[in-house]
Amino acid sequence: MSHLIEVFIDTYDLFLNGLWITLKLSAASLFIAFFIGLFFAILKISNIKILEWIADAYIWLVRGTPLIVQIFVLYYGLVEIVLIPMFWAGAAGLAFHSGAYIAEIIRGAIQSIDKGQMEAGRSLGMTTGKTMKRIILPQAFRRAVPSLGNQFIIGIKDSSLVSFIGLQEIFGVASSGGSNNFDYLTYYFIAAIYYLVIVLALTLIVNYIENRMAKSD
Amino acid sequence: MNTNEMIRVEKLNKFFGDLHVLKDIDLKVNESDVVVLVGASGSGKSTLLRCLNFLEIKNDGKIIIDGEQVEKETHDLNKIRERVGMVFQHFNLFPHKTVIENVIEAPTQVKGIAKSKAIQEGKELLDKVGLGDKYDVYPSTLSGGQKQRVAIARALAMKPDVMLFDEPTSALDPELVGEVLATMKELAEEGMTMVVVTHEMGFAREVGDWVVYMHDGKIVEYGHPSELFDNPKEERTKAFLSSIL
Ligand SMILES: Nc1ncnc2c1ncn2[C@@H]1O[C@H](COP(=O)(O)OP(=O)(O)OP(=O)(O)O)[C@@H](O)[C@H]1O
Ligand SMILES: [Mg+2]
Repeated sequence: MSHLIEVFIDTYDLFLNGLWITLKLSAASLFIAFFIGLFFAILKISNIKILEWIADAYIWLVRGTPLIVQIFVLYYGLVEIVLIPMFWAGAAGLAFHSGAYIAEIIRGAIQSIDKGQMEAGRSLGMTTGKTMKRIILPQAFRRAVPSLGNQFIIGIKDSSLVSFIGLQEIFGVASSGGSNNFDYLTYYFIAAIYYLVIVLALTLIVNYIENRMAKSD
Repeated sequence: MNTNEMIRVEKLNKFFGDLHVLKDIDLKVNESDVVVLVGASGSGKSTLLRCLNFLEIKNDGKIIIDGEQVEKETHDLNKIRERVGMVFQHFNLFPHKTVIENVIEAPTQVKGIAKSKAIQEGKELLDKVGLGDKYDVYPSTLSGGQKQRVAIARALAMKPDVMLFDEPTSALDPELVGEVLATMKELAEEGMTMVVVTHEMGFAREVGDWVVYMHDGKIVEYGHPSELFDNPKEERTKAFLSSIL
């Protein structure tokens, strides 16, 4: 135990660097994933067969392959061909992955909104698009907050996999530290603590948002 | 051409797949008329109303609104819907918006009316339907009758030429029906053209200028309330009336 605390204190600047990269990666990838998800959710409910197929194909691709494979394919694809920085290759891989799950969450939330809402908007002369944007989506997002929060937590933990393309986020820091000092267990244990803290913080934020929304209803 | 004619429907047909829901419907609604549609469940009353504001698209026939034959190919249906207000059985208020936000949504978003002006007009409408003290609350805090009166104010905010009501009191507790009917009656007295689907025969008799009885997608009988209720000509109408009384 005292050894763990000692290493924790010795390595906190290294891990804080890793933590910072994890947070940036997660924020960037989930931000992009949200819009990817919104886009494919709208394709799925468009009632236009070809667009639905495109969305289905994307979701099938993501669900049907391991995240680590997606990250590597995107990494070698992107970094070699278009020369984007490693960070953004990693963020793109993670966003591509989370986007599919977020698409399903948003689609479900949109479809859970009473059909009468769209009809009411249309009967007032609003276009489908405007009703979607002003009436349906705001309600759908509120309803999706718990599931989105959950998916964001998964996204943060999944970001550890980009260490395999060389990013020194929390897991990457732990891996190098562990192998340099022949002390894997301690370093991975410390990594776990950092993840737990981030996830705890995000959980509290999501709970806070849920409570505030419950009050305004 | 009679300029008083607000809605004219000729040989309207509507199918859902193989199901023939409206069969050669002819209907005429003059300005300031209150037309009440009655009929058994599944007879096509809602579908007819929904065709009138193009939430459902007819398969065949003509719909003429204020002298203009409306077709989805040639008309912007959103523009038509601005002029044909609709009130639903389940209110369909926007739950994430306050009462006044519900009322000003379409005027500001569709007509581009300035927010301050829309709020002022919206408050006048809410005063009119007796909800002058409820501007800033969310719909979830209102009773069913209050919700429906907000829904009426919301539709009126677009200054429609015609108002369609689809069983506006059917989802209400009995003691709340009266306040909504009173609001509708007031509207009728002000000269609003209205088409109303309802099971409230008292309202039909008192406020209706015409009553239309539908059965199985057809208009079986059409007349003034006193004629249709007291002296129905068709056997079907008689059977229907005795079943609901
Ligand atoms: N969107 C739809 N798709 C398929 N069938 C439909 C649809 N809407 C209505 N129908 C069918 O059309 C027929 C007429 O329905 P409609 O809702 O117009 O009847 P109604 O007279 O309003 O009945 P109620 O008194 O129950 O409201 C019914 O058989 C109904 O099942
Ligand atoms: Mg109906």
